[in-house]
Amino acid sequence: MNINGQWIAFKTIVYREIRRFMRIWVQTLVPPAITIALYFVIFGNLIGSRIGEMGGFDYMQFVVPGLIMMAIIQNSYANVVSSFFGTKFQRNIEEMLVSPVTEVVILLGYIVGGMARGLAVGAIVTVLALFFTDLTVHNWFVTISMVFLTSIVFSLAGFINAVYAESFDDISIIPTFVLTPMIYLGGVFYSVDLLPDFWAGVSMLNPILYMVNGFRYGILGVSDIGLIQAYAMLVIFVVVGFMFSLYLLTRAERLRT
Amino acid sequence: MSAALEINDLRKVYSNGFEALKGISLKVEAGDFYALLGPNGAGKSTTIGVICSLVAKSSGKVSVFGYDIDSHFTEAKQCIGVVPQEFNFNQFEKVLDIVVTQGGYYGLPRRVALERAEKYLRLLDLWDMRDSISRNLSGGMKRRLMIARALVHEPKLLILDEPTAGVDIELRRSMWEFLEKVNANGTTIILTTHYLEEAESLCRNIAIIDSGVIIENTSMKALLRKLTREVFVLDTKATVKDDLQVPGFVTRVIDDHCIETEVDQKQTLNELFECLAEQGITITSMRNKANRLEEMFVSVLNAPAEAGDAA
Repeated sequence: MNINGQWIAFKTIVYREIRRFMRIWVQTLVPPAITIALYFVIFGNLIGSRIGEMGGFDYMQFVVPGLIMMAIIQNSYANVVSSFFGTKFQRNIEEMLVSPVTEVVILLGYIVGGMARGLAVGAIVTVLALFFTDLTVHNWFVTISMVFLTSIVFSLAGFINAVYAESFDDISIIPTFVLTPMIYLGGVFYSVDLLPDFWAGVSMLNPILYMVNGFRYGILGVSDIGLIQAYAMLVIFVVVGFMFSLYLLTRAERLRT
Repeated sequence: MSAALEINDLRKVYSNGFEALKGISLKVEAGDFYALLGPNGAGKSTTIGVICSLVAKSSGKVSVFGYDIDSHFTEAKQCIGVVPQEFNFNQFEKVLDIVVTQGGYYGLPRRVALERAEKYLRLLDLWDMRDSISRNLSGGMKRRLMIARALVHEPKLLILDEPTAGVDIELRRSMWEFLEKVNANGTTIILTTHYLEEAESLCRNIAIIDSGVIIENTSMKALLRKLTREVFVLDTKATVKDDLQVPGFVTRVIDDHCIETEVDQKQTLNELFECLAEQGITITSMRNKANRLEEMFVSVLNAPAEAGDAA
């Protein structure tokens, strides 16, 4: 199959992925919007008004970039992990494995599908945020590139989780016990400057800290982390995650017999 | 012209040490309707899995229309359509979406995929169900959906792994007619089945695999010629005696209007009817007790054991 054929196959996978999460929009788009709206109300409005300023901004403004990024991370991850595991579980992954579509195209299709949901939820949450605070973008390039790179990283993470998962429990364990604590401790709700030196140092090991702060820089122009560090961290995760995912798919020892 | 499928010394050893394929070799000519038979666990599905890249082979060569599945895998895969034994489509997708999406995986533009999907869903009487969620289809419809899906890119080689399992007789026969038309239009078909009547009616050539080894690989006619005896069930016009004996033929009385007789390769049905006529027995109808291929299949599978017993 030539490049044009592979391009059609790629579009087919992306279209199928978008169709999947749009078909079940009540499960995929509405709950994160409600959850994040509650965060805006509780942490932003009710509690936030008593917290005062953080990083030179009122708390609502400070927390909005983190909450948008949290929605993007969770939904990019959730889309790929549930879609790919479902494909494995129902064995319709065989439809792709018997076809001439290459492993790179399959992987890219799932990544873009994950990004599509992450960005869709991110856009919904951003619109909701406008009801609670004014949003201006400090640097469009940083904002957009941070969103794209982060959603790629967590689409890849969801893919790796799905390859290793053998039951539905396995696709909820990582989000519950790993992803959620990392997000909550990744500077979504606070500046690491507030932490004692030791815990601030430990936080530096959390990749989500770099993503949240990179995105916050794009929106507000403030960050706990240097921008170059944040980009370096993201690019490393994208490259390593992509190569490892491709290795899993090419060897496909967990997908083929 | 290259063979539709050529397998040389194919071996598969699973990680638990089980040797599913012990160096099988096969050649299926283009345009053939080929049966791959064998008991459960013989290695049929493993062989198909290797051809379709769902099972990693341990060693050996497989080529499809001259394309090696390792070095020219996209060209080889483009030639193959596969209907697996188990339902393996997304149970939550609509029928039309499943077929069109499969076309996309093979590089068909959406417009072409939609046209082809309509063509094959109509041919398989599924067009009216195109907007149904696939899990709501009956078992027979699901089987036909998998055939439509396998044909959407119009493969040169169609592989069907027990396509009529669990399908009622009427539908099975209509699927046979459909597959005969597909074959007549030039598509090579490889079929595995447990319905030996199906293989005998449809296939021109046959391989029998047992314990990972090909024990027969010949034409259907040549295989059936090896059948040394057939058992016929005869319905009689008048009542027959319990102790009926037909000289030269092993005969059993089933009931007072039915007998069962073995006819070996050296005997003729004329001789049997003459013997029966001499005893005043008139036959109103007759049939084979078992499908001829079934008898042959059993005798081929039992041959090594019988040889061992004799030794």
